[in-house]
Amino acid sequence: MDVYEVLGPEEQFIQGDKACVYGALIAGCSFFAGYPITPATEISEEMSKLLPKLNGVFLQMEDEIASMGAIIGASWTGRKTLTATSGPGFSLMQENIGYAVMTETPCVIVDVQRGGPSTGQPTMPSQGDVMQARYGSHGDYEIIALCPSTVQETLDLTIRAFNLSEKYRVPVIILMEESVGHMREKIKIPQNVLEVKRDMVDISYDYYKPFRTGYMHATKIPEFAPFGSGYKTFITGLTHNEDGFPASNSVKTHSELVKRLSEKITENIDDIFYSDCKYLEYAEIVVISYGIAARPSLAAVKMAQQSEKNVGFINLNTLWPFNYEFITEISRKIEKFIVVEMNMGMMYHKVREAVEGRCDVVPLSVVGGRVPTPKEIIELIK
Amino acid sequence: MISNDEIVQKYLRRNMMPTILCAGCGNGIVLNSTLRAIDELGKDIEKMVFVSGIGCSSRLNSYIKADGLHTTHGRSIAFATGIKAGNPELDVVVFTGDGDCAGIGGNHFIHGIRRNIDLTVIALNNYNYGMTGGQASPTTPNECYTTTTQYESFEYPFDLSKLAMAAGAPYVARWTMAHPLQLIKSIKRGLEVKGFSFIEVLTSCPTSFWRRNKIRDTESIYKWYKENTVNVKKAEKETDKIVIGELQMLDKREWTEQWGEIVKRVSK
Repeated sequence: MDVYEVLGPEEQFIQGDKACVYGALIAGCSFFAGYPITPATEISEEMSKLLPKLNGVFLQMEDEIASMGAIIGASWTGRKTLTATSGPGFSLMQENIGYAVMTETPCVIVDVQRGGPSTGQPTMPSQGDVMQARYGSHGDYEIIALCPSTVQETLDLTIRAFNLSEKYRVPVIILMEESVGHMREKIKIPQNVLEVKRDMVDISYDYYKPFRTGYMHATKIPEFAPFGSGYKTFITGLTHNEDGFPASNSVKTHSELVKRLSEKITENIDDIFYSDCKYLEYAEIVVISYGIAARPSLAAVKMAQQSEKNVGFINLNTLWPFNYEFITEISRKIEKFIVVEMNMGMMYHKVREAVEGRCDVVPLSVVGGRVPTPKEIIELIK
Repeated sequence: MISNDEIVQKYLRRNMMPTILCAGCGNGIVLNSTLRAIDELGKDIEKMVFVSGIGCSSRLNSYIKADGLHTTHGRSIAFATGIKAGNPELDVVVFTGDGDCAGIGGNHFIHGIRRNIDLTVIALNNYNYGMTGGQASPTTPNECYTTTTQYESFEYPFDLSKLAMAAGAPYVARWTMAHPLQLIKSIKRGLEVKGFSFIEVLTSCPTSFWRRNKIRDTESIYKWYKENTVNVKKAEKETDKIVIGELQMLDKREWTEQWGEIVKRVSK
């Protein structure tokens, strides 16, 4: 069956979790492994229903560590793979996320955030995992994390997540909140979607080196040879040379590898970074937010358009890599950033880092499992 | 029978030699036996993937001229499950150790068996964490000295094969490094069985384990294995010896086969 046939009518009224599944399938995802956890379980359930119709594979694993392992393994057979979880499971996945970074394995991880630490608030929204998404695994690395605010954005950004993961051979994390995951809204299924596939090896067996870059293409991203294709590729999480073999005692190999893994992301920030900006041109105050918190933020900014100050708005759809230059440029022209988020102030620190004292940075940090209200945001604008 | 030189030429990565294995280590015998089993079956090595976790056992796949995935500690069966489910045409072999398989990876071990996905899991049991210098593992017998049981071990060890049998593995065999011909036969059987096959090999860690437990030369380790094991066919019900041989053969349906049927049914 064709994916559009399986998904049904072009316009539907569905949950964010389901929209994530739709986006994944449109992007060409054919493998899902997961473990039940509130509020991400609906993604597993929907995948188990739809994947077999599309000749895909669904696996319910014994835990989130295994789920992450399975999607990495399946990615090496050439499939586009997805797993979905929430805070506690996301914590368990961190080691294997680092493995996917080190072995440059494309895969997408959805974290439908709930209140933490620990078991916390399983049924309440939070944005407490944004730093874990960036720094959760050990060692130096860069990763991509996208953050949707609406059910439609969840669908669109999931497609984008797969495309970026394939292009840059890096795990991409979709950070939703319980509220976006469980909220129902009208969506429109996009047609004629651009589907990116990882760069496959196109060279004779003797010349192929699984982690050599700059040979066939000018990029810092190596070409991919799936298992079973005859290239006899050895993949390890140990520091490895271009041939893929362990070279863990080499200062040169390790520094070159770690730098390349970061640079392939940071040097392409213009391609990766996307944010939804409004009223920025004459802004004196800018409200910066992401995810569900961006919605009351935009409402507040709209209400404030009649006030004395010009108020602008940024929805950071791409949380990681953090675009320092973008924030720095804006900070030169404005008086104040208001950072609205549902944690004790996480991206607030990143914004401050980019602003370097050029303007005020005021946090609006809401915890407890509620979404900030436009009213409390307006209080800070005044 | 294929010669050792031919094995090296045909299957091993010369650039990875010498191996990291110590003198007297039994792991080389397991690698050799695995390659002989593959050769005798006439398997296409390009359609095989060798997966491993972390530890001395898990370095074996780096020496084989084939696709290989050296994963995180304990998780090899989970990664291998993804590979097999992702492309059922591939033959997936897992090398693991006692710590990797039954310590940190215990959950994946029993669930891999429960799921009955077609993997051939070869567990090299050397009774300790050799790579990190000889700490007690889940299979360390009682009254043994290791670097973390300095006054003798007293926790009850796991019997890996019994675990695999209880979890329902359709094929379970146990041999020692002193039984290479039988081991080759069992690996062949394991590769042919459509389902989760578990082959435990009692191997040696002269550097980290036996040295601290009164056997200081390799020959004596072989002798110890010969004297302290008994084939399941000859074993009496109550025996102090380690029971070796083909321990379990069950007829069970395999995961990719069953999933394939579901796909066929619903994708019409």
